[in-house]
Amino acid sequence: MQSKAHTFTANARAALADEPLQAALARFQGGFPVKRRAAIDRLPEFDALRDAGKAIKDATLANLDIYLEQFEAKVIAAGGHVHWCEDADAARQTVIDLCREAGAKTITKAKSMIGEEIAINEALAAAGFTPIETDLGEYIIQLRDEAPSHIIVPAVHLSKEQVAESFRAHHRDLPAERPLSEPQAMLDEARAILRQAFLTADVGITGANMLIAETGSTVLVTNEGNADLTQTLPRMQIVIASIEKVVPTLEDAATVLRLLARSATGQELSVYTTFTTGPKRGDDLDGPAAFHVILLDNGRSRMLGGPFAEMLRCIRCGACLNHCPVYSAVGGHAYGWVYPGPMGSVLTPNLIGLAGTSDLPNASTLCGRCEEVCPMRIPLPRMLRQLRQDAFASGGGPKPMRAGLAAWAFVAGRPWLYRLATGLGVRILGLLGRRHGRFRRLPGASGWTAVRDLPAPAGRTFQALWTERNGARR
Amino acid sequence: MPCASDTCRHRPLIQPGVQVILNRMHDEQLTVGLFVTCLVDLMRPSVGFAAVKLLENAGCRVVVPAQQTCCGQPAFNSGASVEAKTVARQVIEAFRDVDYVVAPSGSCAGMIKTHYPELFADEPARAAAVAALAAKTYELTSFLVDVLRQKPAAGTYPVAATYHDSCSGLRELGVKAQPRYLLSKLEGLSLTEIPSAETCCGFGGLFCVKYTDISAKMVDAKVDDIAASGAKLVLGGDMGCLMNIAGRLQRRGLAVEVRHVAEVLAGSADDAPAIGESDVRP
Ligand code: SF4
Repeated sequence: MQSKAHTFTANARAALADEPLQAALARFQGGFPVKRRAAIDRLPEFDALRDAGKAIKDATLANLDIYLEQFEAKVIAAGGHVHWCEDADAARQTVIDLCREAGAKTITKAKSMIGEEIAINEALAAAGFTPIETDLGEYIIQLRDEAPSHIIVPAVHLSKEQVAESFRAHHRDLPAERPLSEPQAMLDEARAILRQAFLTADVGITGANMLIAETGSTVLVTNEGNADLTQTLPRMQIVIASIEKVVPTLEDAATVLRLLARSATGQELSVYTTFTTGPKRGDDLDGPAAFHVILLDNGRSRMLGGPFAEMLRCIRCGACLNHCPVYSAVGGHAYGWVYPGPMGSVLTPNLIGLAGTSDLPNASTLCGRCEEVCPMRIPLPRMLRQLRQDAFASGGGPKPMRAGLAAWAFVAGRPWLYRLATGLGVRILGLLGRRHGRFRRLPGASGWTAVRDLPAPAGRTFQALWTERNGARR
Repeated sequence: MPCASDTCRHRPLIQPGVQVILNRMHDEQLTVGLFVTCLVDLMRPSVGFAAVKLLENAGCRVVVPAQQTCCGQPAFNSGASVEAKTVARQVIEAFRDVDYVVAPSGSCAGMIKTHYPELFADEPARAAAVAALAAKTYELTSFLVDVLRQKPAAGTYPVAATYHDSCSGLRELGVKAQPRYLLSKLEGLSLTEIPSAETCCGFGGLFCVKYTDISAKMVDAKVDDIAASGAKLVLGGDMGCLMNIAGRLQRRGLAVEVRHVAEVLAGSADDAPAIGESDVRP
């Protein structure tokens, strides 16, 4: 997917003016955060669980090579294959080669953010295959040719009317006058179509929430069960997962799962949690004949050992998005690439570079709510600030801001000059603003006064008044 | 000068309330350096004087080092660490000799307490001075309650109010209960909590002028909640947020006053009109 992060400001402005989107965002806000809170209140040891989850991930990341190779050995022992792919190109090519090898036509897909990251659907379509998303939200946005706007609820930006519209536009062989005002009707319609896809698919592609080193298993959580049908019915299953998804043991996976659903949707556990190990064995009733895992790096190994290593603890729960006031205001598409919200603002510049993405770390008030709710205790604000530093150090940022900051530092670093300048400034503004107490407009302050009044200063600085008062005291 | 003894009162205290015990053992007054903050200095000196009054009433000697300007946060949050350090070094010097540093702002206190150690992480020679400063720096209401164990303010202030928790104060310093406790005995003052009390108001320093539209959307959510609560006064502990909220309330023509909590606690709210209001009779 081509990044549109460089036009963040314009994207955001459009999003703010998009009424259906704003209505969808408003509906969304009352949902997950409230449910998460309730789920956590029911689990007094949640914070201890967070510490445990963080410790598991930190220990794994410190020896990532060992766990990945252990995972690989177990997959091979179970009869599967592992492909190490350095970047998106390599991953796409491997998937396409495998699909060709399987003689595939139709390919079902379960929701996968890695799939989005490597734009696998576009690549498959270009190579002549028919990929079909089977998660309802993903199916909807695939029809609409849109990117997901949230990492766990990809179609959260849409209203049910918009979905009905898309169904009518694409499901042409169904009666045009059929009622579609109820979500259940749309769900039934999508199910009927997807059922057919499940039965005809030659290859199933899924992501993975975790990879378990000690067993070679992949773990998938869904609420729709579509991933299970995607992985068991076709002849070949391909799992695409990034390298930081590995955890050492089943026990570790259980700890992470307890954090994941609660943080994501406020559920104790997702409706479906599926552990998959290798292809179909001799006496199995179902399962794919061939089982492949793509291990994608795509910039992650570069993050290890650096200031952004902690980002690799992320379990993609989406809590930081759900609680982010900026995400809540503009939605996911404004961020311009695959990963939105605070986690995206850290991850995107790391994966595709700071050039063209430097708005992302800047478009945050650093309010800290993301770190507060992150089950993996990822210091997102610190990393956003670090990215600002990196951008600033390499000459980024608007010129007037850079000049302004330099001038400010020059003055603020000289208290006598600072007193002189500010004393004069507040006197003038104090006089000008005295009658109304505030300004509706002020040259040079339009960033503020475009949307809010600016209080007028009192006319004297505290320091000046304090010196006066203490002089009088003496 | 800070001394090495374990029980010396000049040792910065982490444990709440220990200062009270030490105060009883000594006669000498505590010296508190007021970190005025640039917004209070420039925009609203009445908050600074209210803070002085609260600290003096609590038995402290207040000094205001003239070498201070700003804490450096605008530069720090813009990624300009060199510029931030220039200003931060001044703060470290200016407050070296006081027992405590108190700021009427969670944001500036948070900058000194949690971010100076990050900012100077690459200067081990300065580590001790930075750590000492961080340890003795407090947000005003937190200092009054956690360190000095002050009782709620007495007096009368009849108004329906609500409280905005500023992000740095709340999440970096744990300021939440302290201002509410200090306000709890003011006669006539009723405090209604709004659902978004802990949600960012959209100020965010330079964020509010760089991303004006997003900031407006955020402050609107806050202002909607305030209007729905029926409160006639918004209180908070950070001038940045308060100016943002007041400015938006006024732009939308809503008759709700906004004040820094220190003014109400010090009983000096009559000394200055509410934020963005005028005392000039037309
Ligand atoms: S950064 Fe934390 S809160 Fe955000 S998606 Fe990742 S794990 Fe969840």
